Amino acid sequence: MNTENLIALLVAAPLLGAAVLLCGGRALDRVGHLLGTLLAAVSFVIAVVLFSDLVGKSPHDRTLTQHLFSWVPVEGFQADVSFQLDQLSMTFVLLITGVGTLIHMYSIGYMEHDERRRRFFGYLNLFLAAMLLLVLADNYLLLYVGWEGVGLASYLLIGFWQHKPSAATAAKKAFLVNRVGDMGLSIAIMIMFSTFGTFAFKPVFDSVGDTSQGKLTAIGLTLLLAACGKSAQVPLQSWLGDAMEGPTPVSALIHAATMVTAGVYLIVRSGVIFNGAPDAQLATAVVGAVTLMFGAIVGCAKDDIKKALAGSTMSQIGYMVLAAGLGPVGYVFAIMHLVTHGFFKAGLFLGAGSVMHGMNDEVDMRRYGALRKYMPITFATFTLAYLAIIGFPGLSGFFSKDKIIEAAFAKGGTEGWILGITAVVGAAVTAFYMTRIMLMTFFGEKRWVPDEQGNEPHPHEAPSSMTIPMLVLAVGSVFAGGIFSLGDRFLKWLEPVTGHTEGHSPISTGAITGATVACMLIGMGVAWVMYGRRDVPALAPRGSLLTRAARRDLLQDDFNHVVLVRGGEHLTRSLVYVDHTLVDGVVNGTAASVGGLSGRLRKLQNGYVRSYAVSMFGGAAVIIAATLLMRAV
Amino acid sequence: MNPVNYLYLAALLFTIGAIGVLIRRNAIIVFMCIELMLNACNLTFVAFSRMHGNLDGQIIAFFTMVVAAAEVVVGLAIIVSLFRTRHSASVDDASLMKL
Repeated sequence: MNTENLIALLVAAPLLGAAVLLCGGRALDRVGHLLGTLLAAVSFVIAVVLFSDLVGKSPHDRTLTQHLFSWVPVEGFQADVSFQLDQLSMTFVLLITGVGTLIHMYSIGYMEHDERRRRFFGYLNLFLAAMLLLVLADNYLLLYVGWEGVGLASYLLIGFWQHKPSAATAAKKAFLVNRVGDMGLSIAIMIMFSTFGTFAFKPVFDSVGDTSQGKLTAIGLTLLLAACGKSAQVPLQSWLGDAMEGPTPVSALIHAATMVTAGVYLIVRSGVIFNGAPDAQLATAVVGAVTLMFGAIVGCAKDDIKKALAGSTMSQIGYMVLAAGLGPVGYVFAIMHLVTHGFFKAGLFLGAGSVMHGMNDEVDMRRYGALRKYMPITFATFTLAYLAIIGFPGLSGFFSKDKIIEAAFAKGGTEGWILGITAVVGAAVTAFYMTRIMLMTFFGEKRWVPDEQGNEPHPHEAPSSMTIPMLVLAVGSVFAGGIFSLGDRFLKWLEPVTGHTEGHSPISTGAITGATVACMLIGMGVAWVMYGRRDVPALAPRGSLLTRAARRDLLQDDFNHVVLVRGGEHLTRSLVYVDHTLVDGVVNGTAASVGGLSGRLRKLQNGYVRSYAVSMFGGAAVIIAATLLMRAV
Repeated sequence: MNPVNYLYLAALLFTIGAIGVLIRRNAIIVFMCIELMLNACNLTFVAFSRMHGNLDGQIIAFFTMVVAAAEVVVGLAIIVSLFRTRHSASVDDASLMKL
């Protein structure tokens, strides 16, 4: 059997699971979670088989394609459902199915007491199918299908506990903000079609060389808008924090490890287009740099453990987008950071879920404290993931983040310095907020309080279905970066797809690494002084202006409210005004003048037969005079 | 005699009839004036027939007389019933058909 034919099975397995679980009804309630997990695992096994097949081939020959069927076979518009599996897709497929399977396993324990667990697994499978479709598509239109599919799954899962108004609102918010980005992608596809006459990857990338830079910049910027929506980058970042209303495994899988990185995938996949559009590239790097600081600052102020981690996700994806905006110097490192981030951020979220599981679903870190004694495994895995994200030397995050910082400096000129220094400062802030989370959750005194029903929390270690995935992810968090960097393995693996040029930074690699590690230590130290040495107050202090702004997500919602909501209201109001005065005025005015005129004309009909006779004679006289006049002329 | 004189006479008769229709209120007089106008037309038809040596005009004059006779029957009936209901033959009294 040809391995190409396996590609469709990757998507088909979870899709089948979603169909069966969502249509199957209550009869499947008892086995639904097992079926869902099994199908995710099947997908992972197929991915491993395909991976071993790819590894066996020569580096430039590692692209498998499968044409499934013609979707819209029309002259001049050829839309196919066909897949392309190359090194970049393979990396994503392994990450999605691997982490996905682990999180399915974790959800078995986490959602045990939820009566809608079968439906939850159906949605998770639907998400896997859509995400795999997104990364396996060989054209932008099919990618768009997957792109919308993950948006739908994300909406359904954020609002999974729809009986909570906050969850329902958060789901709607995520959906709406994502629509703005989706608009960008659809416009990009339209520009592509009008420029190249096709939207399949290969012909588009082949004809980029003959296209004007303006067109490429337009495509690049619209693609960047799409990436901003999906990956929660400034200015479309506001939905991610609220998305934490969903169950924690969802936050781990969709809003940390996979879906939110789809924007990075899109940029790296379209690297050829971005290479031809330096302006779009610079915009991408700037968006990344702004978001990495933005997310980090928000993460510093949040007391909700999941929202703090959401800020951190935003910030880490900012690093990836920054790297992707640096061009061929950064593509590989963006993806490398994406994969390592997938491990440690999923691990952190699963750890947070485990803590919430033991603490009656309390999310406020000011009500935690001293949990390391009660949850040793969660503590150990969380610590490893924590060390990985702050870039502790030797762990995953260190390798991938360091490369991005170097690449940022290597951009050269003033831009290089600004981007590089932002990235280094970001590393310090990352160390600060992550240490803060660690200290507030696992160290210090107990600050637990009974929940609303008066139940005293009894922190306990989670069941093994939850701890095993955490352990696996912790191992990944520790070793993935090292394995990838050893002998530049990851670089050599991805280079044939993304291309790579070595960056030359104005300062030595050692100095950059030293500065980054020093910044990290400073961040940790400051956090320790503020949260480790002193007691954490149970109620948040008022804080400085910046803290208060950061607690409100740096006023992003206020900004959206004032500019977009109010602006929209004013716009509609003025449109209504114009409609009422101008449009209605013309219509009503016409009617009124016709009415008035006929009121006057009515007086002519007075009932006197002689006046009718006058008008008859007059009319006849006029007609005759006109006829004679015409004849004379 | 120059046949054009008949046309002048016809125009004079028509004008007298038209003015009568417009200024007189008595329905009988109005009616007579209408007859006068019809006969003025007849006179022009016959005169033109004579001038052009063509009998069509004389035939049409007969038609006009038939129409005029029918019109007299209907018109007098209306006037009589109008007079019975209103005790007046003034056309201005019959002015109810208006908005």
